[in-house]
Amino acid sequence: MADYLLLFVATVLVNNFVLVKFLGLCPFLGVSTKVDAAVGMSFATTFVLTLASALSYLINEWLLVPLDLQFLQTLSFILIIAVVVQFTEMVMHKTAPVLHKVLGIFLPLITTNCAVLGVALLNINESHNFIESVIFGFAAAVGFSLVLVLFAGMRERIDVADVPVAFKGASIGLITAGLMSLAFMGFTGLI
Amino acid sequence: MFEQLIQLLISLIAIVAVASAFGALLGWTAIRFKLNGDPIVEKIDEILPQTQCGQCGHPGCRPYAEAIAKGEEINKCPPGGEAGIKALAELLGREVIPLNAELEEKETETVVIIREPDCIGCTKCIQACPVDAIVGTAKMMHTVILDDCTGCDLCIPPCPVDCIDVVPLETAAKDWQVPKPSDMIPVRMV
Repeated sequence: MADYLLLFVATVLVNNFVLVKFLGLCPFLGVSTKVDAAVGMSFATTFVLTLASALSYLINEWLLVPLDLQFLQTLSFILIIAVVVQFTEMVMHKTAPVLHKVLGIFLPLITTNCAVLGVALLNINESHNFIESVIFGFAAAVGFSLVLVLFAGMRERIDVADVPVAFKGASIGLITAGLMSLAFMGFTGLI
Repeated sequence: MFEQLIQLLISLIAIVAVASAFGALLGWTAIRFKLNGDPIVEKIDEILPQTQCGQCGHPGCRPYAEAIAKGEEINKCPPGGEAGIKALAELLGREVIPLNAELEEKETETVVIIREPDCIGCTKCIQACPVDAIVGTAKMMHTVILDDCTGCDLCIPPCPVDCIDVVPLETAAKDWQVPKPSDMIPVRMV
């Protein structure tokens, strides 16, 4: 149990996917202009990441390894991710149309969020078992959501702040992201 | 050689089987979560003022709502005014933009009245009115039902004798509002 908790905290804070491993930067900068949209994106990504992580473990263990087809890992993981994203998109379009509209193109773009494929491949690399894979995927998503919502909150304030002309818009956003990344380096010695 | 072929076939069958299973799942989802119309259009349509005036270039509010859902600008609705643009921007997560300059928002609410002695009873204004606020019949005098008039002014161009006037709607006690303080004191919205 303690191992699982350790894995969770380590993935959320110490090896944060966005700020330490620099995966999934596109939605991190793209959907962080409003806190509402960021929260919606967080839930969608959490769902996709956890499910894709579990499914890719199962496909790998039950299909690819027995048939000795490990060279198909990347292909089948991308297939799984695409299907899970499409499923999420259809369900969300029906149940939360406004959120669907707000997320817009970034929802299908979860498919190309490298954090999702990264989690699936890292699970294999670090030979996690099923429970560890699910926890790893979920923790990666929680870490992503945490920094995304924090960053969105900051950007909402920066929007009304008096920023020098040269730094307006995306520039100050990138600088803020860099400072956040520096702050997250402080967690390095935690575990 | 033969073993390699077997290996190739196994990998092909495996990936096709997985893909077909997922395809079936997505097909089931598409049927289960089938959309009846676009739900976002309903929400946009609720915000639009339903004057059906056509100043946005669409034949009514609902077609404009559909156009907005497809990506058209949200600043083409003068009856909705600035409040309408703000509500749409809030709903859709877009920027608040000023009303299209060609479609000036009216300073005050207006309605039209027909100068009845001049009316020749041509019925052209009746056909133009989007909200059926003009009554009358051929060769008979027409008149405007002021309570139903939305002030869209669409009846003015068709009138052959120019007997339709725009008049400001008189402010009744129930409509009167305190003027916004932001005109006098600089307020910064945060």
